[in-house]
Amino acid sequence: MTLTDWFKTRRKEQQIAAREHEVKIDDAIGKLWTACYNCQTQLPKKDLENTNKVCPHCDYHFRMGARERIALVVDENTFEEKFANVTGKDPLQFTDTQPYCQRQLDAKKKTELDEAVITGVGKISGHKVAVAVMDFDYMGGSMGSVVGEKVTRIMEFALEKKIPMIAFTSSGGARMQESALSLMQMAKTSCAVAKLNEAKILYITVLCEPTFGGVTASFGTLGDIMIAEKGARIGFAGRRVIEQTIRQKLPADFQTAEYLLKYGQLDMVVSRNEMKEKLTTILSIHEK
Amino acid sequence: MNTWQILEFEKPIYVMQEKIEELKKVSEDTNIDLQKEIETLEAQTQEHKKELYSNLKPFQKLQIARHPNRPNFLDYIRLITTDFIEMHGDREGSDDRAIIGGIAKIDGHSVMIIGTQKGKTTKENLEYNFGMPQPQGYRKALRLFQHASRFGLPIVTLIDTMGAYPGIKAEETGQGIAIAKNLCEMEKLDVPIIAIITGEGCSGGALGLAVADKIMILEHAYYTVISPEGCASILWRDAAMAQQAAEALKITGEDLLKYSIVDEIIKEPLGGAHYNYEEMGEEMKKSVIKSLDELKGIKPKELKEKRYQKFRAMGVFAE
Repeated sequence: MTLTDWFKTRRKEQQIAAREHEVKIDDAIGKLWTACYNCQTQLPKKDLENTNKVCPHCDYHFRMGARERIALVVDENTFEEKFANVTGKDPLQFTDTQPYCQRQLDAKKKTELDEAVITGVGKISGHKVAVAVMDFDYMGGSMGSVVGEKVTRIMEFALEKKIPMIAFTSSGGARMQESALSLMQMAKTSCAVAKLNEAKILYITVLCEPTFGGVTASFGTLGDIMIAEKGARIGFAGRRVIEQTIRQKLPADFQTAEYLLKYGQLDMVVSRNEMKEKLTTILSIHEK
Repeated sequence: MNTWQILEFEKPIYVMQEKIEELKKVSEDTNIDLQKEIETLEAQTQEHKKELYSNLKPFQKLQIARHPNRPNFLDYIRLITTDFIEMHGDREGSDDRAIIGGIAKIDGHSVMIIGTQKGKTTKENLEYNFGMPQPQGYRKALRLFQHASRFGLPIVTLIDTMGAYPGIKAEETGQGIAIAKNLCEMEKLDVPIIAIITGEGCSGGALGLAVADKIMILEHAYYTVISPEGCASILWRDAAMAQQAAEALKITGEDLLKYSIVDEIIKEPLGGAHYNYEEMGEEMKKSVIKSLDELKGIKPKELKEKRYQKFRAMGVFAE
């Protein structure tokens, strides 16, 4: 290995480590400053806000919430949220170390969201689209009955109005607390995609940090065009599960967007600050 | 072959059965007539067995579902089909042995039958990768599904898997993509699809063969989003809480029927399918034929819309 290769591998390992151990630097440093998880450069928080949570020094993409994502991509004052009235229950009366219903209340309080996905319609540079945008902060972006139902409804809406559908994914997988009901949401959303396919409605998926499990194995990877955000971790099984099964060290860039691109699983990898432009071009070409 | 494995909760029955054998031997050796005592004990044992196996806890059912002597896919092929011709390969460079499929007849009905295959010995398990499919297996299944759809062959899938294999090559070649594609493409098939969970129905790896018009589950099989052990490790941070996780996850046929995840439970021989292969085969064949008769004659457009609505209705929420 050359010295350049060593540095490249080391940098990739650091980036993986940064993702794996997201330290609450914010709390340590205070309200006005933070530090990049990757290059550790101290940054005024305002700098990060101005770059849409991308480190101006090393291009590390911090995780982004659903509302920020919508503000970034959808034209101002054009977004109309839909199906916000669909909310969660506790169908299995599931309790692990906490009751599921308590976890839902805590998540709502922490995120000011009602669930792990926001669905609606809006315009991207004037092109009308239906969108589903997931948020990892709500119970790890996990897909239960509500996420499945909202994603299916917005796809059916896109079908009815004959407008393109775009899903921004960010999820740890299916929601365990709803067991087989969560599992079935994979089938339900994928069947909705089948309807989009048959009606020739353009479906674009943008895989964001992180996307794993049941979302990767359903609507997340069924896009006619599949985009991943730069540096996003995307896969089916979690890294730890794979390491335990095969008892081998994994490649440094394993399950990153760039890795998936190398293995032919994506159409493209796009930086966050170029995303809107890229989507605009795709939509405009498909509108002929 | 394995030695027969007795499950912990079954031991009292085996103790009673040993006592019966002892009595029989004593009667033979001493010429004393112990017939009445033997018959009483046999009746008691049978009652006890019925009581035990109709009141199993989820974690006990799980042990039956995972029993090393439980019939596997190729056993069911032998038991319920004739004229089975295996169709190999994904046409893209692989033949994943964890998923086996082909054309066959079931009581004269032509079908495409596909399933996950587990081994019974270490050698077999290495050949079949412990019934854990890779993307290549799901792609093979899809190829066979599309063949069936093209030629009007109803599809039967038999599912018994711990899940899709979590390996490097599996991730490189798109494990998530392959499962997702099956979930989507199964909706488009023009033929009836019958799925039976015959043992372990674990997560997306099982679902990848289970987008069906009729979903059935064997009496002691289970279907879940994650294994109880996996769930316990993550939510309880303690794999030893697997029993509690199994209760919480509602993995049994009765629970799944309640939430309309499955349509029917197929009865197993007393104690589990491994106690009587032929009886299990007969029950399964009966259920498959009944389902084929229910679904035949429905036009493809109507069939696909019913399939869509079936999964559309799954989920519990407020609005």
